[in-house]
Amino acid sequence: MPAYTLKRTFVAFLILIVVSGLTFSLSHLSADPALTIGGEQASDEDIQAIRKLYGFDRPIHVQYLDWLGRALSGDFGESYHYKQRVFDMVSERIGRTMLLGTLAILFALAVSIPLGTLAAMRPNSITDRIALFIAVLGQALPTFWFALMMIIVFGVWWRWLPISGHTQWANYVMPTIALGYYATPALMRLTRAGMIEVLASDYIRTARAKGLSPASVLFKHALRNAIIPVVALAAVWFGFMLGGSIVIETIFNLKGIGWLSYDALLRSDLPVVQAIVLVFASFYVVLTLLADLLNAYLDPRISVR
Amino acid sequence: MSGTILEVENLSVDIPVAAGMLHPVRGIGFSVSRGETLCIVGESGCGKSLTSLAVMGLLPKTARRSADRMEFLGRDIRSLREREMARLRGGSMSMIFQEPMTSLNPSYTIGNQLAEVYLRHVEQSRAAARDRAVFLLEKVGISSAASRLGQYPHQLSGGQRQRVMIAMALMCGPELIIADEPTTALDVTIQAQILHLLAELQREFRMGMILITHDLGIVARVADKVQVMYAGKTVEEGPCETVFDAPMHPYTQGLLRCIPIPGRTQRGERLGSVPGIVPNLVGELSGCMFRNRCDYASDACAGMRDEPTRMGDGHAYTCLRAPEEISGEPQAAETP
Ligand SMILES: Nc1ncnc2c1ncn2[C@@H]1O[C@H](COP(=O)(O)OP(=O)(O)O)[C@@H](O)[C@H]1O
Ligand SMILES: [Mg+2]
Repeated sequence: MPAYTLKRTFVAFLILIVVSGLTFSLSHLSADPALTIGGEQASDEDIQAIRKLYGFDRPIHVQYLDWLGRALSGDFGESYHYKQRVFDMVSERIGRTMLLGTLAILFALAVSIPLGTLAAMRPNSITDRIALFIAVLGQALPTFWFALMMIIVFGVWWRWLPISGHTQWANYVMPTIALGYYATPALMRLTRAGMIEVLASDYIRTARAKGLSPASVLFKHALRNAIIPVVALAAVWFGFMLGGSIVIETIFNLKGIGWLSYDALLRSDLPVVQAIVLVFASFYVVLTLLADLLNAYLDPRISVR
Repeated sequence: MSGTILEVENLSVDIPVAAGMLHPVRGIGFSVSRGETLCIVGESGCGKSLTSLAVMGLLPKTARRSADRMEFLGRDIRSLREREMARLRGGSMSMIFQEPMTSLNPSYTIGNQLAEVYLRHVEQSRAAARDRAVFLLEKVGISSAASRLGQYPHQLSGGQRQRVMIAMALMCGPELIIADEPTTALDVTIQAQILHLLAELQREFRMGMILITHDLGIVARVADKVQVMYAGKTVEEGPCETVFDAPMHPYTQGLLRCIPIPGRTQRGERLGSVPGIVPNLVGELSGCMFRNRCDYASDACAGMRDEPTRMGDGHAYTCLRAPEEISGEPQAAETP
């Protein structure tokens, strides 16, 4: 087990290097940072001077290694636009995004596991159809459209919930639902498929032959096994949700790092973009690792390897 | 005899399938008394598993069960609700399945799965459940039993898992134990060990046992009564010795020809088998189902009604041929 964890961690580290290298080169190829810093009125000489000053005239791999060296020591440079340390800008907002992502995935699990289980108990029944309909709807509606509809209904017509900001818990309700609903179909289908398979298994027949209560058969014996793959998928979706938070945070003006990355992209604020891409990639990698370890905990057969 | 545990009359199971109504079990009856072993034999697909699942109340959801009588410990279990049936299952009647590799839950320890059934039916004492589990694991021949409690099924071999299943079936001291081909999935060398273990435990705890097996050698040694099934019906039943010494139904005779006889069957010689294929059980069926495979079949067999010929001491067979016609022939298997 420790060797397994170590190997996985090493691979994760390599992935991060590759991802950050790719973003660095792509963003420097697509936008000229000297133009961003100089602004509209800058003359050619100004631009040249800026290039020299910031070292943009150096080969791209030298710039990348320079950035990587600093990044490893926690220095992500300064925002071209806000003239603030990127590290501070990100750490100030990251908690909001994490909170939103966590609430959203919990919401998605809280909806999809019961729905998937209900559907699996009577495949092709009315309950199954309704659950499927809810799920398909979640997949068919574009997230931004769903978010806007909620804003119109709950924020504008009924005025139940605030439509922008991040200061009170009520600010998180609509963003959580909008973001979480998006992950519900996939998680629900996997729960349903897993439960149908497990409920037909020999060990469920054994549990029933032991005269255990229906609740024990369903929750202790079936669900535990059926949700193992769901947990892994939820971790992947948690990563997607942090990505999806770019849209949702922008719509609800919830100033997390999703909002910040949108803002930075508009302004070609490359140091901010790079730092956030690295943060998102690290989440992803760490989550996959955690999902593996959680799976190993839930499924005793894995831990032997 | 201290009394009958289970009494079943005219049990049928019907399953709707795409092609129509399947009648896999058609009017089976049997009884089991305390300390008695009933062996059910027959080709695969003849309805043995469905018969035992029908007794346990574990039939697939789509299957329909009907019976003139199903009494367990004097109680009519036909009308019991699922809840009341669950009280009996694992408590006073338990079952061992054919698939030891997949019958234990991979996510829980052996100890947990053994204790759970005790906590459900006997008493809420973890310590007592644990003691009982250790006692039974030792009984079924699992070494260092106490340390096995923390192991997961994947850490055990197929034979050990089936021993655990047996221990689990015994946790609450059942009156009736049903073992459905408990060794078919195991290594040949372990098969005999497990069957002997079951027979021994059955004697020691004076349980009634229904043993479903292909191994006629074992049947000859452990059965008190034998029931031969063909295409969902009983074709012959009776005390073990009588059926083995004087099989009356052509199908039983064919089956007994398949057992190796010490001294007469050469090593490596192919054993006989009953030729022909099992009939389709969908839709209305009439006459003797064995007629298309039977050496003695005549036109009358198509119109045969299910009226068993009774020979006394419980021996009965369902065939048109009169006892005198049959007993004149050389017997298929003689006890050596
Ligand atoms: N769930 C089911 N749906 C449809 N047919 C079934 C089902 N279970 C068993 N059968 C059919 O019923 C017949 C008897 O099955 P079974 O009792 O398992 O036979 P045995 O245990 O004697 O081998 C077989 O033909 C089998 O295909
Ligand atoms: Mg079977």
